[in-house]
Amino acid sequence: MNHSAERSLSTYLTGFVLAVLLTAIPFALVWGGLLAGSAVYAVIAVAAVLQVIVHLVFFLHIDLKSTPAENLFFLAFAAVLIFIMVGGSLWIMMDLHHRMQ
Amino acid sequence: MLGRLTVEALPFYSWVAMGGAAVTVGGGIAVFLLITWLRAWKVLWTDWLTSVDHKKIGIMYVVLALVMLVRGFVDALMMRAQQAFSLNSEGYLPPEHFEQIFSSHGTIMIFFVAMPFLTGLINIIVPQQIGARDVAFPFLNSVSLWMTAAGAALVLISLVVGKFSQAGWTGYPPYSGVEYSPGVGVDYWLWALITSGVGSTLSGINFIVTIVKNRCPGMTFMRMPMFTWTTLCISILIAFSFPALTVVAGQLTLDRTLGFHFFTNGDGGNMMMFANLLWIWGHPEVYILILPAFGIFSEVVATFSRKRLFGYTSLVYATACIALLSFTVWLHHFFTMGSSANVNAIFGIATMIIAVPTGVKIFDWLFTMYKGRIEFHPSMVYTIGFMVTFVIGGVTGVLLALPPADYLMHNSTFLVAHFHNMLIPGALFGYFAGLNYWFPKAFGFKLDTKWGIRSFWCWIIGFYLAFMPLYVLGFKGMSRRMEHYADPTWQPYLIVAAIGALFVLCGIACIAIQLYVSARKWGSARDITGDPWNGRTLEWATSSPPAPYNFAVLPEVTDIDAFHDMKILGQAYQPPQHYEDIVMPKNTWIGPALGALAFALGFAFVWYIWWLVALCFVLSLVCVGIRASDDNSEFVLPAAEVARIERERLAQISPADMHDMHDYVPRGAASGAPLTGTV
Amino acid sequence: MSAATILEEEQKHALHSREFGFWIYLMTDAVIFALLFASYAVLAENSAAGPTSNDLFDLSRTAIETGLLLVSSLTFGMASIALMHDQKGRVVQWLFVTLLLGLAFLAMEMGEFGGMIEKGAGPEVSGFLSAFFTLVGTHGLHVAFGSLGIVVMIGQVLVKGLTAPVRSRLMRLGLFWHFLDIVWIGIFSAVYLPGVL
Repeated sequence: MNHSAERSLSTYLTGFVLAVLLTAIPFALVWGGLLAGSAVYAVIAVAAVLQVIVHLVFFLHIDLKSTPAENLFFLAFAAVLIFIMVGGSLWIMMDLHHRMQ
Repeated sequence: MLGRLTVEALPFYSWVAMGGAAVTVGGGIAVFLLITWLRAWKVLWTDWLTSVDHKKIGIMYVVLALVMLVRGFVDALMMRAQQAFSLNSEGYLPPEHFEQIFSSHGTIMIFFVAMPFLTGLINIIVPQQIGARDVAFPFLNSVSLWMTAAGAALVLISLVVGKFSQAGWTGYPPYSGVEYSPGVGVDYWLWALITSGVGSTLSGINFIVTIVKNRCPGMTFMRMPMFTWTTLCISILIAFSFPALTVVAGQLTLDRTLGFHFFTNGDGGNMMMFANLLWIWGHPEVYILILPAFGIFSEVVATFSRKRLFGYTSLVYATACIALLSFTVWLHHFFTMGSSANVNAIFGIATMIIAVPTGVKIFDWLFTMYKGRIEFHPSMVYTIGFMVTFVIGGVTGVLLALPPADYLMHNSTFLVAHFHNMLIPGALFGYFAGLNYWFPKAFGFKLDTKWGIRSFWCWIIGFYLAFMPLYVLGFKGMSRRMEHYADPTWQPYLIVAAIGALFVLCGIACIAIQLYVSARKWGSARDITGDPWNGRTLEWATSSPPAPYNFAVLPEVTDIDAFHDMKILGQAYQPPQHYEDIVMPKNTWIGPALGALAFALGFAFVWYIWWLVALCFVLSLVCVGIRASDDNSEFVLPAAEVARIERERLAQISPADMHDMHDYVPRGAASGAPLTGTV
Repeated sequence: MSAATILEEEQKHALHSREFGFWIYLMTDAVIFALLFASYAVLAENSAAGPTSNDLFDLSRTAIETGLLLVSSLTFGMASIALMHDQKGRVVQWLFVTLLLGLAFLAMEMGEFGGMIEKGAGPEVSGFLSAFFTLVGTHGLHVAFGSLGIVVMIGQVLVKGLTAPVRSRLMRLGLFWHFLDIVWIGIFSAVYLPGVL
């Protein structure tokens, strides 16, 4: 989103390498069956969140200094709302599911 | 060829249905003949339907809202009439018809009265309030209007071809699923929602960008008029909540049309997810309807109390708080679905918290009136009526926020009374106040005040008569949406409620008479200065009606109530040093064309006419393609022409027309002094 | 000021507004996907009598799809760099590579969907499959529209050159393309990987 900052080849390549790593880790874990139980889910979730951040920073060029404040505001607002909506929905539906049994 | 559309779809099965269809078709023919008789087709097409001028688009939105208000109100009248007489009898409406009527009443009032009314007022006023020449995306604005109109048209055509949904305006599955509602009714409902929902989302994005990017020099966020603030907040709510409606309506459509299992009874569907997703949209929607009215009340109360708005900052923060909190309370619409105590308690508490900023606002308006020189203009009278009545609705709302109490009152007429108590004073009175307040801005002459006051009294008396009995009936155990009943003690209340509906009918008639009377004698009520009420905000700095570009020179702002200060300091109505060329968007036929295609697309989906679906889809893409490759969508209005228009306007204004500002002194930043003393 | 300079000023402001408006559109689209994810999470176990995710998902196919999208994000980045250096030919070349990767992704996804439907695991079988096809299909539909956008933009670059509106549109298309890759991270992390565990 920013017009001034240098979008150099190295930015994209760094992002690409990081993204490949963060994709490979969960795939390898699941494929190889290296971990068991809830630990796998935790690793998948953490890798996913990190990779989203990598994409935002290196591909969409979000940074706290040069990205316009209003764009950052709406990104943050969307993140909060997605958290409320998805978190709330899952909480409500899991709770109902539990009580239906 | 025509899918499941056959001659059976025509309403020859019942007299009431035929009556509805006849009125719809007859109304359409009457409008067609009237326009033809006035030879107005060309003007209508070139000056209005293809217009991308935000003021004209706004006026068309309001016209759509008023037409649909009459349609939705006829539904209300029919329901009240049915229930007044249907003690131990069938009444005059069969159940399946009664169900269609309450479903269409809710759908129409929310989507095709409240939404277009508020969007219309926003369109006319907000760009002027922020000192802008236009909205950020004028063409998108036209598309939004025609998408909304297409949705309204789908509801209207369901009266003539086929039937409307019987599943209530919320359309809960499994009843709205294909198993229990195999007809086209629910499909009409869904496509009306999806089509108008797309329109609303686009206008939400449009107004966010307009307010963030197009404010005039000096207008910081904390100098924006309250109506602009509420518009910014609801535009954000629209942009982030309507996706939920799109998703839930899309999923139910997939269930019905392609046999998916999102919300079905068996095969792994989960119908509770529907209620969850619907209300993720539905609760913010309540505030989308109410907050702009709060903005209007704020403008009106300051203007007609002749005082600066009390507690501007607290109103801004209260609005922002309400906007965020509105996303955290949706479960209170389905406490009875059976969540555990913890879940219900948290959403109950969140619901009670949201009453706090709303209370702050009421106090701010009261303190604005305190020691003010109040003028009882119809818009002010509506505002006062709102404050008194809305508080009652707020109190019953907090009562319903308690999950144990909600278990008793859920789905009763108490709930019906509560939300009408919020939306009639809280939203509709605000829009009527806005109509009376800003009408001269849009049309250049004032509305008759006598009929305005009469409409208010009819509305408020009608409201109390129609809904206070419903509160009592709720306590007596009456469920909502009953076609007939067996308890004779209910009937007196329902008769009073029906009389209330007749008062509201008089209120609507008064508004119609008000418009007619005002139009007849418009010459004597002309607004020459553009500022009929000694207004405070920038929309009163333009002429009435405004020039296509609103402001020949963009104003500079140093404080809230910018225009008020300009008048005190003698800066208003001064010709600028020189005029400049102004870039204006050209009118385009693509907006109405996309609306027509959206209507045809929805109709084709409802009736499974697949070739028409494909055709409309391709043609829509072609329209978008034509527009996207058009690099010549603007023209330049030369400075000489601007100068001519402006000189003509200023020449008309004599000092006698201007408001006497001797009693006022500038306040705040405009006075150059800190905030001391009183006005 | 002449009419031409006023138009130019106005255009600059309009393009900024469009970029901001498009950003908000992306956020609303993100909410749509978030709710589709929530629906999937709620229905994922509801395979009724039909096949479960363990029976259907093939991780190697998902890995290839993931790779295609990730590389296409990189190639679009190359196009953006070429745009910055005003290399019209390079822009077109990289866009073309991105398009091919996008189409390859779509082909793989269609193959996957087709195979599932043939096996009797279409969207009308269970709540789980309805949610799966809707979520992944909506993403696929976005990729299809993105690919159409790339075709249109290749045409515009060739016909109109790298003018200010064309640059702005390319930038917005890039945002869209990278955004779709982010959604895909969610899909393989919340759908495919947990689905085979």
